[in-house]
Amino acid sequence: MAVKFSGCLRGVSALSILSLFCLCGCAPTTLENKNSVVVWHWMTDRQPAFEELSRRYEELTGVKVTFELYAPSDAYSQKIRAAAQSVSLPDIFGILGEKRDFSSFVKAGHILNITPYMSADSGKWKNVFFSEALAVNEFSPDNTYGVTPGIYGVPIDITTIQMVYNKKLLKQIGGNPNRPPATLEEFLALGPKIKASGIQGLVSGWGEVWMVDCMANNYAFNVMGKDKVLATIRGDVPYTDPDWIKVFEIFNQMQDSGVLANGLVTMVNKNAEQLFANEKAVFAFNGSWCVNVYKGMNPGLEFGTMLPPAVSSKYPMVIWGGAGSSFMVNARSPRKEEAVKFLRWLTDREQQVFLAEMTLNLPANKDSLKKISDVLAQFADDIETSTHPNVWGVSEFPAVVEAFDKGIQSIVIGEKTSVQVAEEVQKIKQRELSKKNNK
Amino acid sequence: MKSDKYYFGKKVAVNVIVYAFLIAVALTCIFPLLWMFSSSLKTQETIFRDMSLIPREFHFENYVLAWKQGGFGRNFFNSIVYTSVVVLGIVIVSSLAAYAFSRFTFPGRNLIFYIFMAAMMIPIPGSFVPLYVLLNKLHLRNTAIGYILCMINVGLSTSIFLLKTFFDKMPKELEDAARIDGCSKLGIWRHVALPLAKPVLAVVVVLNALNVWNEYVLALIIFDSKPLMPLQVALMTFQGEFITRYPLLMAGLTITALPIILVYILMQKYIVKGVTQGALVG
Amino acid sequence: MRIKSTLENYLFVLPAVVIFLIFYLIPFIWVFQLGMYEWDGILPTKTFVGLSNFKEVLTQDNIWWLSMWNAGYITLIALIFQNAMAFMLAMACDREIKMKNFFRLVFFLPPVLSEVVVGLVWQWILDGNYGLLNAWLLKMGLPHLVKNWLSDPQTALTTVAVVHCWKGFGWGFLIFLAGLQTIPRELYEAARVDGANAWASFKNITLPLMIPVAILVAILTVLGTMQAFVLIIAMTGGGPAYHTQVPVLRILASMRGSSRFGYACAQGIVFGVVLIIISFVQYRFSKRSRQY
Repeated sequence: MAVKFSGCLRGVSALSILSLFCLCGCAPTTLENKNSVVVWHWMTDRQPAFEELSRRYEELTGVKVTFELYAPSDAYSQKIRAAAQSVSLPDIFGILGEKRDFSSFVKAGHILNITPYMSADSGKWKNVFFSEALAVNEFSPDNTYGVTPGIYGVPIDITTIQMVYNKKLLKQIGGNPNRPPATLEEFLALGPKIKASGIQGLVSGWGEVWMVDCMANNYAFNVMGKDKVLATIRGDVPYTDPDWIKVFEIFNQMQDSGVLANGLVTMVNKNAEQLFANEKAVFAFNGSWCVNVYKGMNPGLEFGTMLPPAVSSKYPMVIWGGAGSSFMVNARSPRKEEAVKFLRWLTDREQQVFLAEMTLNLPANKDSLKKISDVLAQFADDIETSTHPNVWGVSEFPAVVEAFDKGIQSIVIGEKTSVQVAEEVQKIKQRELSKKNNK
Repeated sequence: MKSDKYYFGKKVAVNVIVYAFLIAVALTCIFPLLWMFSSSLKTQETIFRDMSLIPREFHFENYVLAWKQGGFGRNFFNSIVYTSVVVLGIVIVSSLAAYAFSRFTFPGRNLIFYIFMAAMMIPIPGSFVPLYVLLNKLHLRNTAIGYILCMINVGLSTSIFLLKTFFDKMPKELEDAARIDGCSKLGIWRHVALPLAKPVLAVVVVLNALNVWNEYVLALIIFDSKPLMPLQVALMTFQGEFITRYPLLMAGLTITALPIILVYILMQKYIVKGVTQGALVG
Repeated sequence: MRIKSTLENYLFVLPAVVIFLIFYLIPFIWVFQLGMYEWDGILPTKTFVGLSNFKEVLTQDNIWWLSMWNAGYITLIALIFQNAMAFMLAMACDREIKMKNFFRLVFFLPPVLSEVVVGLVWQWILDGNYGLLNAWLLKMGLPHLVKNWLSDPQTALTTVAVVHCWKGFGWGFLIFLAGLQTIPRELYEAARVDGANAWASFKNITLPLMIPVAILVAILTVLGTMQAFVLIIAMTGGGPAYHTQVPVLRILASMRGSSRFGYACAQGIVFGVVLIIISFVQYRFSKRSRQY
């Protein structure tokens, strides 16, 4: 028996060593020539579209653009950081993370300032973009990150995050399918009807806390206006301010009225999308990419977009919106001119229309909107009411953001009151502030 | 007569309980597999709407699509190579070390062993970044060898621990006999100890095969181009940031699960064969 | 001659040590150093802060210790139920029962299955609204037990623990099975000749011989469970609030969410030291029990 075992072992080892050499032989060598640009990104679902565009570009210019797409985004994020450490980033890449991380990449010299290209010919390139999409990639002259002001990324598409509603189900619970609830009062009044009909109210990926954060921020802008929100982030207004408690209280009211789906606090967004697509929930809080997702799961779904129902008329309701994904040019690349030229081509109207049609995402080029679907156009209409943490010029401490989001989860599951959460968040805010001042 | 009946009744009752327990657990284990397989035959539209285990239509073309669109051919081959080389490496390196830790005495033996144990305990959260920089310096980044060496290292500590526990448990008489017959240490390791340790070697093979086969984060970080990536990375094609193509994903996952189940079935034979070996020794 | 023999002994551990030094120790030293810096993982400059990161983990980070407690709770459940189940199933499959091979194969399916599938299936079973479990409870006339298993703070952690045990028991099963198979059958036969019943031979033969294997499984269970996080992300994302937060999720949060790479390294090292202490205690225990 031992003989047979060892024979088998030897066979396997010979085979594997052989194939190992074969593998090494096939390993591609790094391409140093100017006619080849390498792009790294994490949106694997756009591979066919990118490959087709790259084929067209090569036909046109002779420059070969290779898209290397890596998912999941968490692993990609680590890859980019590791590559930055050993200075081996590709010619073009996307980064993940907040504006603070973006600023570190710039300060470490990895990202090219493309303002000169954008502003050339009296801003010809710059003017094709939605200003909201560009703002996300821009560091303003008064930014607090210590980055030389300028534009450091090229937006490819736009994302907005807002609410959608199922027209049929809204009618079923006695609402008007063409006029979704516009005020919080109207929204909350639907709670009992939703409960009685046995379907779910609002679904969203609140298990991934950033979506909680997003909605709470929308309401904060609605309750107290942009200036006060930013003043809070700077540390001039405490989270225990009555306006903030009012924001927290909204989540309590929503939970009590029954408009929130059961189990919302640990729901993963992909799960929320399944429920909405299969008409098991009336409302969803989701990003504009959802059009594509719902279409795949239920092409017949009739839904419309809406803003989160406003609680106050003093300030407008604001949603998050801006660049969904952007490309950065490696400042150290010997092929940065070629890289910029490619991005310029990629954001031309024709290519943007192609991308929008293939991937059902909102194009970053504002001239290419005419050809997109109706629902997507509704999303596009709301870009004007949008903002994004990346354009505020200041960032809240991550520890505070976490306490804030987790606090809202606690409110929804009935563990804490709004006042308790406000006090806890403020305590952490003060701790972080004093830590910062000590430095 | 009465007591016979009583004992018979008791035996039946025990058996019923044992089988009920076994079958209940077995059902929960099979259910996800069946769900995965049945989902792989549905469409994106029906997968979450029609939850029945037997799909109304059988979309076997999902498998063809998954294979083609995922670019499985090349990556499947890569995964088989990586897995077999890494497992072979771990089996040789860790059984050598574990055997020495169990049977020989040399200065620093316990210290080295405890360091290996400690390494098993401390997860290095940021280790991807230093590993990347290190491999880059050694010119091993974006190469199969670099990945294989890293993965051998990943499985080393646990395998040494497993093997040493079983070597400690094994009777030494046969090895002593071989030594008297003039066998070298390496010869005893190869011809006496390893065959005796087959059940645990099989466990080590299964453990590491599964580990390497399912690994994708390290692969994604140190490989730049798709031709070098293992199968798991190809699977990610169906799991986009926003859009998950569930039927293709499930088809891909089913394809991916099969080889590892096969490895397990093959290794089972060695676990069971260990019985006769053990009986001989005892 | 003796020197030659000692050198020969070293040769056995040399390959393992070389691989270990290069691919484990060098990155580890790097990580340990980083624990003493404030660094976001991107900038070329790092600020030396001494041991203050470690101090913060040990004395100020309440959520860290809460997550440690949660992981401890899951581990305790796994140690008791997962291992008991694994042992019982291994015992059953070691005996001459029908369909032995079938059961052996099936019990190893959960570890083989991808976390994606396991997460999706269990979400479907445990869903508060359309879940199978709740539907069964209603059918059986137990409506008061119907719950949002994953988002109710009272059940979330236990539910996650149960799914984790289900996913992991196959490993214990496999190792126990391998252990049981190495027990010489003659011992049982001799015992039967001596008139021992099944319980007596279990107590006098199986149990003592299986203690080292049980300790091994226990240590591996502790390591596997304390470091679990993939399934938790798939099922609850660490919520509701902090009810299913575990140490690895905290480390990832420090590294990605907060961009505090140095702090994440310090957390990792503190975590490792705790695991070493637990495992060392278990290992000592195993050495002592082996002497009986």
